[in-house]
Amino acid sequence: MVHAFLIHTLRAAKAEEGLCRVLYSCFFGAENSPNDSQPHSAERDRLLRKEQILAVARQVESMYQLQQQACGRHAVDLQPQSSDDPVALHEAPCGAFRLAPGDPFQEPRTVMWLGVLSIGFALVLDTHENLLLAESTLRLLARLLLDHLRLLVPGANLLLRADYIEGILTRFLPHGQLLFLNDQFVQGLEKEFSAAWSH
Amino acid sequence: MPAAGPERLLRQAREVGAEELGRFCARISALLQAEDWGPDTLDALRRLFLIVAATKYSRRLDPTCVVLLQTALCSPRCPERLQLLCAAVLREMAPSDNLSLSCDHAQSSRQLGLVASVLLAQGDPQQVRTVGQCVIKVLESRQPEVPSLTYLLPVVSKVASLAPDAFPEEQTKALSKRLGDWLRYASIQQGAAHASGGFFSAPRTRQPGPVTEVDGTVATDFFTVLSTGQRFTEDQRLNVQAFSMLRAWLLQGGPAHPGAMDSDDRSELEGSTVSVLSAASTASHLLPPAEWLREKALEYCQRLLEQSGRRALRKADSGLQKACLVEAVLVLDVLCRQDPSFLYRALPCLRALRTRLCGDPACVRALLPIAQFFLHHGEAAAVDADAVCQHLFTRIPSEHFHSPMLAFEFVQFCRDHLLLFGSNLDLLRTSFPSLFKFLAWSSPALTSEFVALLPALVDAGTAVEMLHLLLDLPSLTAALDLQLRLSQAASERPLWDVSVRAPGCLEALRDPQAQGLFQHLLRAKASGTTERLTLLHQLLQPLASCARVVQCAQAVPTLLRAFFAAVTKFADGALASQLALLLLERSDSLFQVEGYEADVHRVLSSQFPALCKLHPSMVVERAKELLEFVSSPGGPRSTGHMLTSVVWAIGEYLSVSWDRRCTAEQINRFFEALEALLFEVAQSRPSTTLPRCPPQVITVLMTTVAKLASRSQDLIPRVSLLLSKMRTLAQSPAAGPVHGEDDLGAICTRATELLNLLKMPSVAQFVLTPSVEVSQPRYHRDRNTALPLALALVSRLLEREAGFLPRVDFCGGCCCLNDPSANPDCRPGGGGHYAASWPQVGSVRPLTGGAGGPTGVRTTHRWMLGA
Repeated sequence: MVHAFLIHTLRAAKAEEGLCRVLYSCFFGAENSPNDSQPHSAERDRLLRKEQILAVARQVESMYQLQQQACGRHAVDLQPQSSDDPVALHEAPCGAFRLAPGDPFQEPRTVMWLGVLSIGFALVLDTHENLLLAESTLRLLARLLLDHLRLLVPGANLLLRADYIEGILTRFLPHGQLLFLNDQFVQGLEKEFSAAWSH
Repeated sequence: MPAAGPERLLRQAREVGAEELGRFCARISALLQAEDWGPDTLDALRRLFLIVAATKYSRRLDPTCVVLLQTALCSPRCPERLQLLCAAVLREMAPSDNLSLSCDHAQSSRQLGLVASVLLAQGDPQQVRTVGQCVIKVLESRQPEVPSLTYLLPVVSKVASLAPDAFPEEQTKALSKRLGDWLRYASIQQGAAHASGGFFSAPRTRQPGPVTEVDGTVATDFFTVLSTGQRFTEDQRLNVQAFSMLRAWLLQGGPAHPGAMDSDDRSELEGSTVSVLSAASTASHLLPPAEWLREKALEYCQRLLEQSGRRALRKADSGLQKACLVEAVLVLDVLCRQDPSFLYRALPCLRALRTRLCGDPACVRALLPIAQFFLHHGEAAAVDADAVCQHLFTRIPSEHFHSPMLAFEFVQFCRDHLLLFGSNLDLLRTSFPSLFKFLAWSSPALTSEFVALLPALVDAGTAVEMLHLLLDLPSLTAALDLQLRLSQAASERPLWDVSVRAPGCLEALRDPQAQGLFQHLLRAKASGTTERLTLLHQLLQPLASCARVVQCAQAVPTLLRAFFAAVTKFADGALASQLALLLLERSDSLFQVEGYEADVHRVLSSQFPALCKLHPSMVVERAKELLEFVSSPGGPRSTGHMLTSVVWAIGEYLSVSWDRRCTAEQINRFFEALEALLFEVAQSRPSTTLPRCPPQVITVLMTTVAKLASRSQDLIPRVSLLLSKMRTLAQSPAAGPVHGEDDLGAICTRATELLNLLKMPSVAQFVLTPSVEVSQPRYHRDRNTALPLALALVSRLLEREAGFLPRVDFCGGCCCLNDPSANPDCRPGGGGHYAASWPQVGSVRPLTGGAGGPTGVRTTHRWMLGA
């Protein structure tokens, strides 16, 4: 089961300007806090969720940076040569790490991330999730989002295209359920999505 | 590029004020009210979503607008895109108190799915149960034409994971029955091309042919997620979803009533005879639901295992095959744990699978669930568990250390199954050199995992070798890098840093001795022997600047701390002394990575006193090695950390009170060595090769010789002479450039204090070599016990004798010398003390910390000064 999905910016190195920004995030059902007897204000709960997502995004970013440094890939290599370049998604760096209980979620979680150029995609998962499936799902989501939002074209912006993200997630990750989808099944769902969004 | 653009947009969205938002909401309300589903509404809702989502603080939306968003969400005419946006806005605002949305408002199962997504986001357990009940009712209605249950099944799965008690037993049973049906009896014909209706509404008039396997052949058996076709029918979609949620559902349904309800139901149906094999297809339609589902799940998994062996035509499908393989094995594991009678049917498949996969490097990740299966089923699968563990622990890390995902899963697997390893735990322990390859290669993601794993990995037999390897971890990274360079032709995306070239390394490896060391470093199993890797360190030096090596070096201090925390829990005297000597030996033979030596010295020097405390006799027993260490020139002194710890330990534990074998002659020998050392460091000039000796080293040396003199009083004249020389030296103008003014002042003060103390040998002995009882807090709280009295006396005597002297404000015999944790009063503000025997000087920060380490807190004994 996926608990949250997020898209955020990735900087190639710490030194680069700006901050790690969450561009989209979605919780599939919220984490309850049954042990806490204090009545929470809705505002505080929401703040907590946003902070949790940001904490994950920052950690993904630093994992990405460390991995890129280790492979000797530097900022220059990460810029696409031209906007027409197809992104080699199967080569995009990915990784997983564990979040200890309480930091930032109550339960221990596993984060699976994928870095495509300067965008990070991440799933927050149950600790015993099938990581092969999670990885292929994450790559699929990234591919669909890049294709349909044309994210790599300058000017295209996912911040104002939430309906695309929602439409893709409802079909390929409904309520956070990882699906075993074969290639033709994916094509069918994708056609259905394109049809619904074309008019 | 999405750098500047998003930043600007996010800022704009955050800066939208309440008033502006109010006007915007009014506009949206008007559009929604008018049921305008055009591009204006789409654009407005997209912007509204961004405004709500861009800030972590709650946005107050106009209540009318919120109501209209909910209305649109449940409107039969509103297009999907807009409904998705409405749901997204409502979800982004969650948790929200003024939501009037309810599942009853939904007009279709698709809308119900959307409404559920908003309600589940509220985080209210009661709400979750309500949603669960509503959805399950629709599922139970069993109308043949209920459109697309596929929208609802994931909701059930989510509800069950959020609130395991959401569904009563009857509902669980009913759903289990249907899941079994969906799994096993989906249509094996492809879906028809869509007519006017939805894509998946499959009119049964024209059948476009049977589904195929991933290799293109016509399906030989029932439909699974690995069956393909041009189009899929509704029940095939349900099949996919049912399998996707199967494992979680089994786990949630199983352990709550472990076999209780099943056995009742079963006795009704089948009597008491439960034949393992005959439970198969013949009578299966009579099985109670939970068992029915397990039966169908077993058949499904067996079919998946068969299908995963086929050669996929599409690349994406071969990835799915591996994921299915993993899932099938995990599901079989759950099934056999819930009902051991399945074991006899599952074992043969898994044995065959193990044989097949052990030779297939592409499927290496599927070996982990297989190993988990065998480990879970103890005796029945013990032989298999041993075989697969052997394969996993020895070969896999060596061959696949560079796969970050495998590394993560592998270490997780070890961590999660520690209790199950049984006899294989020893195998795991001796395989630590293999496991460390993962760590060396992917240290950032794995450090915390290994910190958790180390206590289980280390035992008395492997501790010494493991410590060596931990210290050599950065060179292991470099060696692995070199190994990859040697073995792989330059691919398009090499795994190593191509900007660092190492032609010399590859050349030098031809040397047989270097080759031998290289192989030793890359060993798969603990060999019991360790070799000096200095030659190899030199050889790997060009790789020391690789980012990966540097990252690994940065992880080592954390790992060392975890290692010592684990080791000190079980180490006996012999092991402690062995490890302590190893620290001395290795302190000057580390791989030269920037900053590595200093970081490691900091940890080692804090661990040395802890090890000595475990086995105080060590100082007497290993006098020879300690003498060698303090007499050896250069190396270990570069930072002074190690030297300070060792000298402190000598002063602390070289005493008959710790070991009867301690002789005056031994004390003399140490004195002479330390005397020579003290002169050397005090007079040495800083140079590029030898950095300035920290004043802590000088003060701790002075204190230690004074301690030795207090035990062997013949030495007192020599020590006094030495101390006065030190004082003169510190006061001489020539010393100025070498040490700072504060440092010199501290040295001078310390020398004076010790000189005065030694004027009264019996008091000196009492203060500098306190008995063990002194650690009790009573000695520091109670004015009438011996220590405060003695100190007050010394203080008064000294002040009278030398009025010009700095105040002698210490309690040299305080327990903190031995155990800072023993006396809580010995903290700043808690009565305070000044550990005279520890070289904490002036503004100099504490050198060491940690258990058993001298912490050196400088405050004053107010009660003493006031006396």
